Amino acid sequence: MPDSTPSSPSPDPADRSPVLLEVEELVVRYPLPGGFFRRSRRFVEPVQGVSFRIRAGQTVGLVGESGSGKTTIGKAVVRLVPPHSGAIRYRQERIDLLSGARLRPYRKRVQMIFQDPHNSLNPRLTIARIVGEPLEIHFPALRAAERRDRAAQLLARVGLPADSLDRYPHEFSGGQRQRIGIARALAVEPELLVCDEPVSALDVSVQAQIVNLLQDLQQDLGLAYLFISHDLAVVEHLSDEVLVLHEGKIVEAAPAEELYRNPKNEYTRKLLASIPSL
Amino acid sequence: MPDPDAIPLLEVSNLSIDFVSEERIVHAVDGVSFSMQAGSTLAVVGESGSGKSVTALSLARLLPSPPAQIRSGKVFFEGTDLLTLPERALRHYRGGKIAYVFQEPSTSLNPVFSVGFQLSEAMALHRPDLQDRRAAGIAALTEVGIRDPERCWKSYPHELSGGMQQRVMIAMALVCRPRLLVADEPTTALDVTIQAQILQLLREIRSRFGMSILLITHNFGLVKGFADHVLVMFRGKIVEQGPTDAVLASPRHPYTQALIACVPRLGESKKRLTTIDYARLDALLSQS
Repeated sequence: MPDSTPSSPSPDPADRSPVLLEVEELVVRYPLPGGFFRRSRRFVEPVQGVSFRIRAGQTVGLVGESGSGKTTIGKAVVRLVPPHSGAIRYRQERIDLLSGARLRPYRKRVQMIFQDPHNSLNPRLTIARIVGEPLEIHFPALRAAERRDRAAQLLARVGLPADSLDRYPHEFSGGQRQRIGIARALAVEPELLVCDEPVSALDVSVQAQIVNLLQDLQQDLGLAYLFISHDLAVVEHLSDEVLVLHEGKIVEAAPAEELYRNPKNEYTRKLLASIPSL
Repeated sequence: MPDPDAIPLLEVSNLSIDFVSEERIVHAVDGVSFSMQAGSTLAVVGESGSGKSVTALSLARLLPSPPAQIRSGKVFFEGTDLLTLPERALRHYRGGKIAYVFQEPSTSLNPVFSVGFQLSEAMALHRPDLQDRRAAGIAALTEVGIRDPERCWKSYPHELSGGMQQRVMIAMALVCRPRLLVADEPTTALDVTIQAQILQLLREIRSRFGMSILLITHNFGLVKGFADHVLVMFRGKIVEQGPTDAVLASPRHPYTQALIACVPRLGESKKRLTTIDYARLDALLSQS
């Protein structure tokens, strides 16, 4: 087992910020389909006892290959998949035990942005509706005109022109759609964004714009990120701390620069070696 | 060194392609010229919409027309102009002498046929000489590093991982013994570790079979150590071309400089990444 409690040697200001998310010995298990009239005892376990914490304003990078369990961890954190065992705490509250309406305050604080901006926006809705929808749920007191104003502000915040409001997703490029996804996530004023491969489907030139935008937003709004990607170069660039995931387990956890300068785990070294270098 | 007097494997001269719709005409490719010697590797680098894929597809006339319309230019392959060739004769080149590997292997493979069936189909058209297609197919799957080629031959695409599917696509290209392999963003849909493996595989088959590779990519990070020459496209035009090492060491065009600078580098944690200033580029391009 790797050292599971990494501690930054330097007294980073982030160390004094409150812990937002605490994941403890998380296990996610899916049953495999069994035969007719037979209860299946077989299962797959994409996440096998993972622990980490994220402080306010901090970026934790989660890096691993397809099948490493990184997306499942992200989904468990936003409660899209149920944990088999372990605990997920948000500001000290066990959110893995909540359900239904009691989850709503948590969903307001933790939002997610997805990899594929083509499939994560409803093609039949205008941008005003897409960005305004979370407001309907979490700020029911807002009137329609106020929601629209708020949506316009959010679009400006992520660098989209004001006339985007009444347009549809297909009228935008991949990078712009990712900006719309970010605006939608920001609508409810969250504290933590779970970003699942948000730049992997984009050109490197567009990737750079989105990475810069995420950094700006963090600085201005004090957001925390759980940044999930297979690309260690991007993860290292954005993160304070990096968790390397392999076959459902964290094999190395270290501050970003240390991980790059002095990778301890063999798998981490392999990941670093596969990054094309200029 | 290739003989400079030899006929180039591929010579594209003054190629211009428009996309014509009722509302407007888009000049997707605008006066593009380049050539490739046999056995060489050329990378075409550019962003979405730069015309790099359209250029690549036009070589074997794979663009649907309409909307695509070749306005001008010639594509000579071993001295034959492919753009004026009758369709029947072109078949010999398309997928035969010029093979393609695309970005998304899961959509390039037909989900309802086995790998073996799809490989046999490719051979039936381009390698009628082969007595035993199964043996040749299994040999090709072995060549692309598939460990259990017998099992892979019987598999359906959904049973394979993305990296394996891309290996199958490369095997399908290889089995026709092409002279030129056009790889259009072959690793963009794959993890970085698998990307490294696929690029290594392409390097190996290039040296083993002496084929040329035309790599289309948006990522300058992939070019170093892979391509001998690089060509940078922006808004349908070539803005810079030259030997890869020279272009990477001292890129002359501001677009090339920006495209190289926006690749994230390890050990530069938390710095802002360079982005491309399109307004400045447009001003520059309109001057020239």
